[in-house]
Order: sequence, then structure tokens, then C-alpha cells
Amino acid sequence: MHPVRKKRMITIAVILVILAAAIGLVMYALSQNINLFYSPTQIAQGEAPHNVTIRAGGMVVEGSVERHSETLDVAFSVTDYQHNVRIQYTGILPDLFREGQGIVAQGKLNENGVLIASEVLAKHDEEYMPPEVTDALEKAKAQ
Amino acid sequence: MIMLPEIGHYFLILAMLFALALAILPMLGYWQRNAILLAAAKPLTYVMMALTCASFLILAIAFARDDFSILYVSQNSNSLLPIWYKVSAVWGGHEGSLLLWITILTLWASLVAYKSETLPNSTGPVVLSVLGVVATGFLAFILFTSSPFIRLLPDQPVDGVDLNPLLQDIGLIIHPPMLYMGYVGFSVAFAFAIAALITGNLNASWARWARPWTNVSWAFLTLGIALGSWWAYYELGWGGWWFWDPVENASLMPWLAGTALIHSLAVTEKRGVFKSWTVLLAIFTFSLSLLGTFLVRSGVLTSVHAFASDPTRGVFILALLVIIIGSSLFLYALRASQVKSQVSFGLTGRESWLLINNILLTILTLTVLLGTLYPLIFDAFDLGKISVGAPYFNAVFSPIALLLIVFMGIAPLAKWHSTKGALLWRMAWLPALLAVTLSALVFTFHTFDAYLWLSFAIALWLVLMCVRDWLDKVLSARQSLWQRARKLPRHYYGMQLAHMGVAVSLIGVIFVSMNSTETIVRMAPGDRVTLGSYEFEFLGTRHVEGPNYTADTGVINVYQDGVVIAQMLPQKRLYKARQQMMTEAALNPGFTRDLYISLGEPLANGAWGVRIYIKSFVRWIWLGGLLMMAGGLLAAWDKRYRRKIGA
Amino acid sequence: MKKILFFIPFLVFVALGVVFYQQLGKDTEYMPSALVGKNVPEFKLVNMESDTVVSNGDMPNEPYLLNFWATWCPSCSAEHAYLGELAEQGVNIVGVDYKDEPPAAKKWLAERGNPYSLVLLDEMGRFGVDMGITGAPETFVVSAEGKILYRHQGVVDAEVWENLLKEHMQ
Repeated sequence: MHPVRKKRMITIAVILVILAAAIGLVMYALSQNINLFYSPTQIAQGEAPHNVTIRAGGMVVEGSVERHSETLDVAFSVTDYQHNVRIQYTGILPDLFREGQGIVAQGKLNENGVLIASEVLAKHDEEYMPPEVTDALEKAKAQ
Repeated sequence: MIMLPEIGHYFLILAMLFALALAILPMLGYWQRNAILLAAAKPLTYVMMALTCASFLILAIAFARDDFSILYVSQNSNSLLPIWYKVSAVWGGHEGSLLLWITILTLWASLVAYKSETLPNSTGPVVLSVLGVVATGFLAFILFTSSPFIRLLPDQPVDGVDLNPLLQDIGLIIHPPMLYMGYVGFSVAFAFAIAALITGNLNASWARWARPWTNVSWAFLTLGIALGSWWAYYELGWGGWWFWDPVENASLMPWLAGTALIHSLAVTEKRGVFKSWTVLLAIFTFSLSLLGTFLVRSGVLTSVHAFASDPTRGVFILALLVIIIGSSLFLYALRASQVKSQVSFGLTGRESWLLINNILLTILTLTVLLGTLYPLIFDAFDLGKISVGAPYFNAVFSPIALLLIVFMGIAPLAKWHSTKGALLWRMAWLPALLAVTLSALVFTFHTFDAYLWLSFAIALWLVLMCVRDWLDKVLSARQSLWQRARKLPRHYYGMQLAHMGVAVSLIGVIFVSMNSTETIVRMAPGDRVTLGSYEFEFLGTRHVEGPNYTADTGVINVYQDGVVIAQMLPQKRLYKARQQMMTEAALNPGFTRDLYISLGEPLANGAWGVRIYIKSFVRWIWLGGLLMMAGGLLAAWDKRYRRKIGA
Repeated sequence: MKKILFFIPFLVFVALGVVFYQQLGKDTEYMPSALVGKNVPEFKLVNMESDTVVSNGDMPNEPYLLNFWATWCPSCSAEHAYLGELAEQGVNIVGVDYKDEPPAAKKWLAERGNPYSLVLLDEMGRFGVDMGITGAPETFVVSAEGKILYRHQGVVDAEVWENLLKEHMQ
């Protein structure tokens, strides 16, 4: 084989091997580690799988937060105003966790339809600033 | 004084017009070979810079004077805010951070203009003109969708909403400017690459011009990322130092691509190969910087860092991206296909090792990109809403990064064009053996974990290979060691420093994941908890009034061998203006370990939920970042970049 | 053949751009209001002016707007002037001062005029939770019988009033 061509073949072969290995790794990791999001309604209707890590989110229901007095166990419900989901968590909740706040929990559903959360995330901002507001302000400025 | 914001707004409009002129006139001059139009590039750049800086200054003054008649000020500041946070609040929100972005861009452009003496006559203006195109786009974006100078008249609020308490912090004062210096700095390498495509001078010289700029931007970006990670570590209250959050990924991707670019520029300059690849990489790096801006600002991805997001802005940035990146890639497709690299490269030469570096870094960038965009793509095909968590990134990123670091040990030893296997073997066998043994020794004191053992061996291997290479260079001649050491060029020491930095960070990462302990406990006053070799005693809480918050401060004594070594005061703050709770962790830093305590929630009977962490070697992660930054700067400072060079 | 290779980056980018475009404007945190068509939840709140407790029975006997606002919210100050105009046209607006400090709220209304027929204090944001609001400002159209007819998130201006809210007020 011509030396230049041989060199090129080797280069391309090496690139392809590394690329194939990387793609394999990515595919494997993606198949293991993506978490689907389910709304309380979807969970209530049995669309969410059990014992698989999923995400669920909604508003924390008023008065639903129960803390254990001696441990760091806490349980609460989230709602999408149609259905509720009960969530159990052990640990310290984020600063922005409040009744009425939108939160997202990551964890696994048990047999009773309770989400055993490993992580609870709260929304970071309270103020509502939808696009129409910016529009309105733009218009106010133009006048 | 009352008209100042209007003047700032007016300055921005003027700046956009100058940027537009800069985007058009020198380009015209280049096509028509008109020296006057070409010469206009420099003054236009300076005026544009002066205007944006003035308008930035005006916004800063508005913050300092508590001018709440400006919407942006009222949303991001408060009269109770300490003055230094008022100034940093300038870039605390969307509008101001964009203004910072464009201000830095014009500063970079002016620096290019100032240094353009060493460039051939037509290249300098074309480079500035490309920067002018970018500046026009972003100034238009600010003016049409997100001006920071919009007034709230006549209904001016009594007081501002306050800066998001998360951002009220020293780390956040300096983090965004550093990050932007890096992001935006890559626009210079990009402009050089586009200028090379336009003028057709796709030879090694553009690579030489672009190298110091790329190094400096990379150094800033490194510092910015390290600062961001440090901030997240102590401010978010649970001691993590990297979250694989979309916003963090947005800064990591240009860093990875920029690292690849630094190495590929070296090959292109020295050996004249990979020409079209290097140009593509320069475009790619800057595109990722822009993409980062887009992802953070448009709200297509939600993130813990998310600022107010807005689809109209998203459409505008997307249009900008399509124009800038799309046209660059199109130009690339037309021009780069005509480039022929005559010089073939040696299969065993340093260029091959650097090719592996580039392949691995590109793959790393793409895996992060894929992980970040996967939820979007998934949703676009209506497959459902998903999130790709940290496990994906850890699983994919770390093996590839480790492989990269293995090669990092070898490449500096390799000679250009061809390297003899015997030489590599002679240099490498001892470090390899030492690394594997030393790593095994460390693990005799600890539970054995094959993956961590391998990682640690690789970190040691990199350190030893750097030292080996240096020794080889200073010992090989007859002169004294000191004389030889001094003669080695700065860019060599820059490289060594940066590589050492990678090793130091890696060691930090390994120890944090291997040797850290944590506990989350319920502590009533008087309770004691033992963790590692430390004992923690909770004495109770006391109430504290801050300037714009009230707080409960937990008082915790730390004992080691029965002696109090520190008193730690974690806080739970309530910021008044936003009624927002914030956890302020207490830190007891150390070279080999950090003690880290954060308060959870108040429980019954004066007890609190308390998190205590002992983080091994966590500081090394950022120390490594500092070393990398220093290395990047040192390499850019090399004497040979300051000589005048012909076309 | 080789030329086509150089177009690959461009084509990949175009594809990405299309995906991004589709994603824009999709609200990733959209929460539908299931309250439309139902009655205003039971509440007991303090009337800011009279310091008396107000509950569902004390609400207006005509269709009215229920507007959540706060002094910490710049968008609220943006809509305040227009609410004043609506009040002059005879629209009955009930204000809920949401997660706010009453003295600041009183001062604000004294300075800018008070468009509300009734101002309720929701300092803890409990009523806001029951109404499922995600922030301020938010405005509901409520019928004379106390039924929620429409929900609007964000600023109310002439356009919003004419196109979205007015039709529900009959």
C-alpha cells in the first residue's frame, strides 16, 4: 500500500475506534441515567413506572407537610390541581421549599404510589415576569 | 443627573451604529482595496469601546445612587444592599450581564486594534470588522429586547426587590466578569479564523497570531469556572463543587473546545497541518460560547441558575446564532474545502499525540453537549420530559478524561514529525512504575477501589512525566542546571504549569470522592456528634441582624483530641426584601481538608437539622484551576509573540 | 465527495437550530389552573382598611377582578396605573396584597391611588397557594356567584383587558 494512504488509513481507523467506544459509552450511560418527568395526574393514572428513578413535580399542598419530631424524615404532597402525589424524603429540604412553592422531586415510586425522593429541588425565584410584561413595559416606554 | 439613564441608552444606540460601521466599512475597504476604509477600523473600534464603557459606567452609577426609577435597578437592587453588592448587582440580572458581555467584547476588540501593528495591513481591519459584526448583533439584542435603562415612570417603586440573595457574595462579584472575559475572548480567535477564511491566508501565520489571545481567554475562562465552582461549593449549602447544571455545562463546553484549540493551534503553527480543522475548532469554540449565552438566556433549558427567561429574547438570540455561526460554517464549507495540506504528518510525531488530544477533547465536548441538549431533543420529538442527571456525565466524562490525561503525560515528550518508540519507553517506564506503586501504597491505608486507584495512578503519572520531561531538558546539556532551567522558554513553563494544574485538580477530585465523610443529623443544644477525627458540639442558636437580612446563627464547637480547634457559625438567613431563606454555610478551610457545616431547618425543642461534611483536599480542585490559569497566562507572555511578523 | 464533508458542520448546526426554534416558548414549568370553573376556595383574610376578617360571603355581588399584587413586585407597579383606569370605568377590583408588609402596602396605595374596592392581606401567601398562583401579579375573573371564570398570569393592560378579560365579565 502507498505509505501516505496507509498513514491515512491508520489515522481514520484510530479515530473511528475511539469514536465508536465513546458512542457506546454515551449510549450506555444515557440508557441508565435519564429520568423522565411525570405530573401528579400521570402518576395517579398509573403511567409512571415503579422502582425506577423518575422526576415528579407540582405545587406543595397547603398543610400537607409532616415532619417527624425526632428524625429528619419529612413527607408532603404535591399537586397539579387535579391529582396529588405523596412524597417522602429524609434530609434537609432546600431553602426555597415552602407550602405553595413549585418543586421537583427525584426518586422512586413504591408499591403504594408514594415517591421516595432522593433529591428535592425548589424553584429559585418568586417573581413572575412573563413576556407580556416586557412587552407592556416596552410600550409604556415608547409612549 | 436625572437624565443620565437616557444618556446611557443613547450611548448604546450610538455604539451600535459605530459597530455597524465597523462591520461594514473595513470589509468594503478590503474588497475594493481602499486604504482609507481599511484605516477606519481602528478609530471606529476605539469609539465603540468608549461608548459602551460609558454606558456601563452610567448603569453602575444608577445602582450606586439607588435610582429605582429604572426597572432593572429596581429588580436587582435595594436601598439596604451594601455598596459593593450594589455595584456587582449591575451584572446580577439578564440585561446588565449582557451589557457586561458587550463591554468586554469592545475592550477585547480595542486591545486587538492596539496590538494590530504586528499584523499584515489588510488582516487587522478584517479581524476588527468581524468583531464589529458580533458587537452589532449583541448591541441590537440589548437595545431591542433587553435594555437595562428602561424607566418605571411615573410609578417609581419605593424600594427595589433586592439582588437575589444567592448572588450577594464575593465570589459572584468576580465570577461573571472572569467568565465573560473568557467567553468573549474566544471571539478574537474566531475573528482571526474568519479573517483567514475571507482573505484566503490559511497558512500557519494566523495560528501564530491567534495563539496568545486564545491562551489568555482560556486562562480567564479557567479562572471563571473555578470561581463558579468555588461559589457553588460554599453558597449552595451542600458542599458539592460541580453539578452538571446546564449553566455550568455552558461554560465547560467552550473551555474543553478552547483547550483543544490551544493544542491544535500549536500544531498548525509549528507543522502547518490540521489547517482546516483548526479553523473549524476556532469557530466551534466561539459558537459554544454563544450557545452558552443562548441556553442561559432563552429559557429553553431550566436550571438552578436560571434568570428570568423570555421566548422573544430566545428568538432574537437564536437568529443571532444562526447568522453568526451559520454564515461562518457556510463560509468554512466554501473556503476550507480548497485548502490542501501538503505537509503530511508523522504517525509517531507529536502531531499525532496532539491529534489524539483533539479527538478526545472534542468527544468530551460533544458528550457534554449531548447530555445538555438531550432533554431538548427528547422533548422536540415528543418523547416526554426528561432530565439527564449527574450520573450520565460522571459515567461518560471521567473515563474519557482519564484517558486524555494518560496521553497528556506522553505528548510533551514526543518530538515533532516522528518519535522513536525506544525514547518514549526510556522516558516513561520509571514514572509509570512509580505511579502505579505509589498509588497502591496510598490505598493500603484505605479501602481499595480499582477505579480510584487507577485515577490516582494516572494523576501521579502526569506529575512524574512532567518532572521527567523537565529533568531531561535541564540535565541533557553540559551547562549547570540553573542556567539550563532559565533558558527554557516561558511557553514551556506555561505548559508544564497548566498540566500540573490538571494533576492537582484531579488529585483534589479523587480525594474528595474517596475520603470525604458527611452526616445529616438532628442536633439539640448540647448534642455532640463525632465525624472522622472531629467532634462537633451544638451550643444552640442566636439571633443576628444583618444589613438586609435577619439570621439564626448556629454555634458549633469543633473538638479534635478533646481540644477546641474552631468555633463554626453557620447561618440561616431571611432576606427581608424578597422574604427568601438562605443557608449560609460555615467553613473551616484547610490545605488537606475542609470542615463544612450548614443549618437545615429548625425542629422541635430548639433542635436543628444540621449537615456536617469533612471534605478532603477539596481546595486542590481550585488550586489546580489557578495553576492552569497561571500556565495559560505565562504561555501567552512568551517573548516570541511580541516580535513583528510578516504575512 | 470531499467537499460535502466540509458542509457537515453547517448541516448539523441547521438541524440544531430547528430543534431550538421548536423549543422556544414552550413553558417548561407550565402549571394549568384546574380552578377555572370552580368556586373561589374558602378563605378568611383581614381587610386592610377596616382590620376586620373577610370571607367568601363578603365578596362583591357582581362579576369582579381578583388581583394579586405586592409592593416588592415591579410588574405590579407597571399595571397599577391601568387598574386605576379600569376602576374609574366602574370595574370592581378586589386586591390581594400577597406576601407583603401591610405598612408598605398602605403607603403604596396612599401614594398611587387605590383602584381596589376591597384590599385583603395575604401576608403568608396562604390564599395565594389555594388559588394556585405562581407569582405576582396574577388576576382572576370571578363571577357574581363566586365562580372563577378566567385566570391571567402577568400584567393587565388595555390589550389584556379588551381581548382576554372583558368577555368574561358579563
